[in-house]
Amino acid sequence: MIRCQNLTFSAGGKRILDAVTADAPPGRITALVGPNGAGKSTLLGLMGRLKEPERGQVMLGAEDAAGIPRPIFARRLTALRQATRITPRLTVCDLVGFGRYPHNPGHLTKEDQRIVEACMTDMALDDLADRQIDTLSGGQQQRALIAMVLAQETEILLLDEPLNNLDLSHARRVMNNLSARSRAGRTIVTVLHDLTIAARFADHVVALKDGRVHAEGSPDEVFTPEVLRELYGAEVEVHRINGKPVILPI
Amino acid sequence: MRVNVLLIAGAWYVAAALLFLTLGARGDWGFILAFRGQKLLALTVVAAAVAVSTMVFQTITANRILTPAIMGFDALYVLIQTMLVFTLGGAGAFALKGMPMFALETALMIGAAGILFGIMLRRSEDLNRMVLTGIVLGILLRSLSGLLSRLIDPSEYAYVMASSYAQFTNVEGDLLWAATGITITVLALVMLHARRLDVIALGRDNAMILGLEHRREAQRLMVLVTLLVAVSTALVGPIVFFGLLVSAIAYQVAGTWRHATLLPLSALIGAGMLVVCQTLFERVLDLQSNVLVVVEAVGGLVFILLLIRRART
Ligand SMILES: Nc1ncnc2c1ncn2[C@@H]1O[C@H](COP(=O)(O)OP(=O)(O)OP(=O)(O)O)[C@@H](O)[C@H]1O
Ligand SMILES: [Mg+2]
Repeated sequence: MIRCQNLTFSAGGKRILDAVTADAPPGRITALVGPNGAGKSTLLGLMGRLKEPERGQVMLGAEDAAGIPRPIFARRLTALRQATRITPRLTVCDLVGFGRYPHNPGHLTKEDQRIVEACMTDMALDDLADRQIDTLSGGQQQRALIAMVLAQETEILLLDEPLNNLDLSHARRVMNNLSARSRAGRTIVTVLHDLTIAARFADHVVALKDGRVHAEGSPDEVFTPEVLRELYGAEVEVHRINGKPVILPI
Repeated sequence: MRVNVLLIAGAWYVAAALLFLTLGARGDWGFILAFRGQKLLALTVVAAAVAVSTMVFQTITANRILTPAIMGFDALYVLIQTMLVFTLGGAGAFALKGMPMFALETALMIGAAGILFGIMLRRSEDLNRMVLTGIVLGILLRSLSGLLSRLIDPSEYAYVMASSYAQFTNVEGDLLWAATGITITVLALVMLHARRLDVIALGRDNAMILGLEHRREAQRLMVLVTLLVAVSTALVGPIVFFGLLVSAIAYQVAGTWRHATLLPLSALIGAGMLVVCQTLFERVLDLQSNVLVVVEAVGGLVFILLLIRRART
């Protein structure tokens, strides 16, 4: 369970988040949605303690996240950033191996190796294991980064637009994998721009606009034409297929 | 593969050192070896300090065309020399040569860098801003030296000129031992950070996600970098481009991203290179002129090539 309480953050003399209070229920997928510049990445950064809030707290259960030593925090929470550039010339396997660093800062154990390989398989990277990261396509790189995050095996996962650059089949693979992990008890917060995918896979939705929580609830509650019109300033149709909302722009 | 690269670099250094010690040696071997041995030690210590500090600095700033010397160390060194001549006169400054001067210069450079790095690292996460501040500070210090040097008696200015270039001629015994001791200690401390440097190389956010206290680690490493640069500068004078040259070669030949290999590799390559150049200069070409002037020129050229290549890609 991760909870944001009253998070306020400014940068460049501008208020970017204004008293954001939101919950990500345990063992569930929470979709973080909202227009460009709404503050989604910033909120994820605060939750992952990559930035310090001006005011407010991030709570892991009953604990203040800020009080947890970072090496221990890294065994409990991981994050995928929106734009990550890896400069060293690593292979996919090396990169994913870094996900084990919080658990084992030295060389990888047999068990670490097993987890790294399983996560590469999860992201369909087996054939690319020995390729240099900088020779991969955008989608392949994204999958390698996700595999690194998965290899960290934390109870909480924060993912910023994990489906960036992914084709339909790999997007499905990632979302199904996250679903399986949430059913196994992990708490997942993910920024998604594709609302139909969000409706299909998320249990809980937080909609952010201009640094404030605009709506929060189940996909059924948040994904209505009225809420989305206000959120994005755009007209959409919401259909239902198999009981799940499907969102089409008009 | 990794072991091989290090072994080859080690062999390269040992061969260079043996050549340096023995080539053209005639007469009293005990004296020659002791004399040349001291110079070899100085070359090695300086090369290792410059190579390792450059590589660590590049990893922290995630920029392979930066070197800590660019942060104004060279300018500070020249300013100290100029100020000493200005206040004490050429003869007075010369009287300070040796241990007092070494201690003074090291302390001043560590102090200045401590203030700069301390403020910048505490106030912002933005290392680029720190680097820019360092460069601007360097320009400021240089213009201060320029101003002072115009007020100095032209005959005394020769002294400033002489000490503004790195040289290995006046490296004395106790000074050399002090510098060696500090450098070896700091290099050992840096090596203890090798694995963490691998993680830092993934970028600030990733390092923090993987559980590193990024700011604290970066601060600690900057202190070590500062010590290395300050000691080597105080020992022989400012060196700017040599570190860039060596680290560019080390990245090329290393075939690994692991700092546990990269750091000793760059030290060995750098030391071997400096020793070979010195041998060529002294023994083969029989030149009395300063080897570092040439090495720096080549390093500068490589720096520009790197910039051009970076701009193209
Ligand atoms: N360092 C900064 N200085 C000034 N403004 C910033 C800074 N970082 C973010 N912002 C601003 O804060 C707002 C929120 O940014 P954020 O990256 O959180 O948006 P987002 O919801 O993730 O958008 P997107 O969907 O485009 O990824 C934007 O208007 C952005 O311009
Ligand atoms: Mg974003």
